[in-house]
Amino acid sequence: MSLLKLTEVTMNFGGLTALKSFNLELAPGEIVGLSGPNGAGKTTVFNVITGVYEPSHGQIFFMEQEITGMRPDLITKAGIARTFQNIRLFKGLSVMENVLIAHHLHLKANYLAAMLKLPGYRREEREMRERSLALLERVGLADLRDEQAGALPYGMQRRLEIARALATNPKLLLLDEPAAGMNPKEAEDLTAFIKEIQTEFDLTIFLIEHHMDVVMNISELIYVLDYGMTIAGGKPAEVQNNQRVIEAYLGVNEDVED
Amino acid sequence: MTLDLFLQHLSNGISLGSLYALIAIGYTMVYGILRLINFAHGDIFMMATYFAFFGIVTFRIPWFITFPLVLVLTAGLGMGVETVAYRPLREAPKISLLISAIGASFFLENLTIVLFGGVPKPFPAPKLFTDVVQVGAVSIQKLTFYIPIVTVIALLGLMYLINKTKTGMAMRAVSMDHETARVMGININRTISFTFGLGSFLAAVGGIMWGMKFPQIQPLMGVIPGLKCFIAAVIGGIGNIGGAVIGGFILGIGEIMLVAFLPDLTGYRDAFAFVLLILILMSKPTGILGEKTAEKV
Repeated sequence: MSLLKLTEVTMNFGGLTALKSFNLELAPGEIVGLSGPNGAGKTTVFNVITGVYEPSHGQIFFMEQEITGMRPDLITKAGIARTFQNIRLFKGLSVMENVLIAHHLHLKANYLAAMLKLPGYRREEREMRERSLALLERVGLADLRDEQAGALPYGMQRRLEIARALATNPKLLLLDEPAAGMNPKEAEDLTAFIKEIQTEFDLTIFLIEHHMDVVMNISELIYVLDYGMTIAGGKPAEVQNNQRVIEAYLGVNEDVED
Repeated sequence: MTLDLFLQHLSNGISLGSLYALIAIGYTMVYGILRLINFAHGDIFMMATYFAFFGIVTFRIPWFITFPLVLVLTAGLGMGVETVAYRPLREAPKISLLISAIGASFFLENLTIVLFGGVPKPFPAPKLFTDVVQVGAVSIQKLTFYIPIVTVIALLGLMYLINKTKTGMAMRAVSMDHETARVMGININRTISFTFGLGSFLAAVGGIMWGMKFPQIQPLMGVIPGLKCFIAAVIGGIGNIGGAVIGGFILGIGEIMLVAFLPDLTGYRDAFAFVLLILILMSKPTGILGEKTAEKV
């Protein structure tokens, strides 16, 4: 059974084809990388999966259900969470609130129960806070829970964004360039962290990454895009030796090694 | 001017400012979440007074049942306007939304004229509120004291809702970033709808008290207060709720004091708000509590 399946997904913006006949299948528990040069269409893949864009052609299935063109909040509810390339926290909200808000959709209590502060609502609210705090502890931000999210240093904002995504209780986590702007040491720590949460939260992870060492190190499978087309897909070692990939992207690395 | 007289003017200013504040909040909240000036807001305020009139005069429902009913109906009206006039334009350019807002405003005004007639009607204020009490040498309507009290209660409730509840948190998140809020599982349309409902609810609270203070209602009564409260929101820093309250009080107290101290300028009473708007736009365009932000491209 595949967790996520994209068949022949194409995304046109006016005359520009950002993504062409993209196929993808993710099995539960996998960590899969998506790579390629700038402007290759990687973030577009995330945007069609999460419902930010409705694809021009093609279909998307999540756990055997078609989700093509579904509303983003319902897709999140179905179990897909993401982070953003250019961190998009709610900067004016506190660290805690950023995580709490992602719990929002799993609340069962209605307005009336909330207004009357019924016991069921109180329990739900308490559980939500406890869970949020546990997540913040997990990413090492519990002490900073009352700080404004926008005031955190860059690396912490990245971790907060992952915590917020985890709070929606996802089965599939999409990470858009999680190591962007990190030095090699930080990138290494992040790789370890992603592997940990993958087992801990029983996740399937699909990540976009520019850092080749990160993506090679972490992914079981890698897809490479260039100009909206899939130019390679397979195990890291295979992809690394693929001539088209080297031409499109990894060529830079070879030069360095020479 | 004697101290007594000054205090009387001040209390009048505070109660007028309270009313402005209640209405200004509706403008500022909608602006915060949609970046839209909801020009129909003043007309929603006007409709609230008509709802109260029909409840008490036509259907003879006691005021303590009518007023809560008016609040609910007006909130519903605000949500209805949002659904019909703004929701279909979610992806449209902002200017289309603005035009739609002006259209919604004209529609409500003219609908009221057609349905209820253009002749002013007396607002059925319960005697309990309009009684006059003697304080020292001056006589003041009880209402003048009730208005700020009701306003403070409404504001505290609003603050609680926005800062402490999940719906309030969703409202703040949506006002910061629609797209991310959606990806975090927030239902944008429901949150926006709730914001309109809340703003209209507060406008109805203001409308009922306005009707009691100035007991004559007519279909265009929302235009000038609407404009003034919009100005109050801009003065305070549009998008900022605290700012709307401050702006409302500045405008209300300023207007009353202008007339009190410079009786010759009584005819310019309405112009006061506009002069203030021009001054604030020249000196601090983002308003008193507004933050300096570059428009996102």
